[in-house]
Amino acid sequence: MLKRLKRDLTMAEAARTPGGARVDLLAVAGMVEHGAKVLDVGCGDGELLRLLSETRAVDGRGIELSREGVNEGVAKGLAVIQGDADTDLSDYPDDAFDYVILSQTLQATRHPRAVLEHMLRIGRHGVVSFPNFGHWRIRLQIMFGGHMPRTENLPYDWWESPNIHFCSIKDFRRLCQVTSTKIEKAVALNAWGRALRFNAPWWFWNLLGEQAVFLLSRRD
Amino acid sequence: MVQTSATLDAADRVREADNPHSPMVRFGPDKPLRLDASVELAPFQIAYQTYGTLNAERSNTVLICHALTGDQHVANIHPITQKSGWWETMVGPGRPIDTERFFVICPNVIGACMGSTGPASTNPKTGKPWGLDFPVTTIRDMVRAQAMLLDHLGIDSLFSIAGGSMGGMQVLQWAASYPDRVFSALPIATATRHSAQNIAFHEVGRQAVMADPEWRQGRYFEHGTDPRRGLAVARMGAHITYLSDAALHRKFGRKFQDRANPTFSFDADFQVESYLRHQGITFVERFDANSYLYLTRAMDYFDLAADHDGVLASAFKDTPTRFCVISFTSDWLFPTAESRAIVHALNAGGARVSFAEIVTDKGHDAFLLDEPELFAIVRGFLEGAAMARGLPQTRR
Repeated sequence: MLKRLKRDLTMAEAARTPGGARVDLLAVAGMVEHGAKVLDVGCGDGELLRLLSETRAVDGRGIELSREGVNEGVAKGLAVIQGDADTDLSDYPDDAFDYVILSQTLQATRHPRAVLEHMLRIGRHGVVSFPNFGHWRIRLQIMFGGHMPRTENLPYDWWESPNIHFCSIKDFRRLCQVTSTKIEKAVALNAWGRALRFNAPWWFWNLLGEQAVFLLSRRD
Repeated sequence: MVQTSATLDAADRVREADNPHSPMVRFGPDKPLRLDASVELAPFQIAYQTYGTLNAERSNTVLICHALTGDQHVANIHPITQKSGWWETMVGPGRPIDTERFFVICPNVIGACMGSTGPASTNPKTGKPWGLDFPVTTIRDMVRAQAMLLDHLGIDSLFSIAGGSMGGMQVLQWAASYPDRVFSALPIATATRHSAQNIAFHEVGRQAVMADPEWRQGRYFEHGTDPRRGLAVARMGAHITYLSDAALHRKFGRKFQDRANPTFSFDADFQVESYLRHQGITFVERFDANSYLYLTRAMDYFDLAADHDGVLASAFKDTPTRFCVISFTSDWLFPTAESRAIVHALNAGGARVSFAEIVTDKGHDAFLLDEPELFAIVRGFLEGAAMARGLPQTRR
């Protein structure tokens, strides 16, 4: 049964628009205002930055840990620097950006709380997307497989995974609470990266959302 | 193995300094260069090379700033050494700095010896080479002179400015001094200040020159002497700092030069010795010993933060320039930490900055060598900048 589930999940990987953009990135981009100044922390090879500059005309910058990602991004003409979310965000002045984005990055940081706090110090808004560890398939793998879950979105064995701070949607809301962060908007995405198109209580999203995207701001 | 090649005689070098194989602009007494040393240099001249064509909007100029021992011959056969240009892999038709698209200009810096006024040039007051009477110049003086050259040529703004090492210092100084004239900037393998270690290396080189009895307090042209040995030793020492342990080991290891066993003498038994001697000998053919003193001094004095009350970020506050900072993993002369300091300052100033560190074992000299990743990054950065600037895809 789990094998079949895995096969289903490969469709998430294939979930791209005709333009080729990953659907979950579209959900992130959907949170960002036109023409904004944006910092993408953990920008990979710059796919989201490129999408944002093409569709939202943002003034985008990126930070990426991997040298390959940085060099690919710069070669694409993007403003990307090599850096570490855990150590380098402190170098940025307050309110330097309209949006700071952590797209599939937060769970790979050593100090998610500090990163989140820096994010909302540097940016007026924050956008965070992460794999929801409360999703029912993950719960099933732990419950019946008895092992750390592996899916197409989370393909690593536990000993080599860069993702060291998993959380569920419920867990993330608690972090927002303890850091006095305001949740402006939230969407849960299904396995295909599409937003769950209905309003539901949080526990329901926490069960059915494969990924989540949050738009955040400081609670003043 | 001793390389025997005809060295350029002193008269040739003075001739190249005064009447170079390059176009040049002479600035008369009415247009003095105001130096940081609080003196005025007048008259003075700047020699330069250009490649490509300036477009009608005058918006496609790329200024190349050369390094300590470089010159304006970026992408043409060098008139003295007959070797190809020092950045031919980077600059030319279809190259990352594409001369089909950009108008590339590289001036010889003030204080150098290839046609811009320096210690080997004739002092108009005495009719003899300046020697040590030449005022000590700085990176900012070089940049000021370049700005005067561009003014003279009617080039108001630069699409981009690129350079490595001392060239990178000029790039940073340009961005700090004339932010509105610089649309994009590529400081490569450089720093905002010369480190104590680097000043120390330079001092060793200068002492080697001055210890040569033929140096004669810098008046070797008049005495008919030539401090070749001192300058060659300076170059040998400096050349080691441009490479890396790994690169030297890969290239030479402990291999013997044309022999199977050590000679139990002080001949160049090892290949690495022979290589360094060759570097020294070929360098003195084309370079003036006093220029070496002046240019190393200019680098030593460079400290961009000091000009802004010690706060580097103030040098780039609200800069409109987009930057691409590049460093190399094995560069221990201008290590990545120096480039990171530039990036931090630019970020703090709100600049649009890219930063890439390239993996290579070739050391500081990597910026001059065949590094495909460097080419891809420069190409991509300029492409992005050209789009933002509204430059057409190709000139034709």
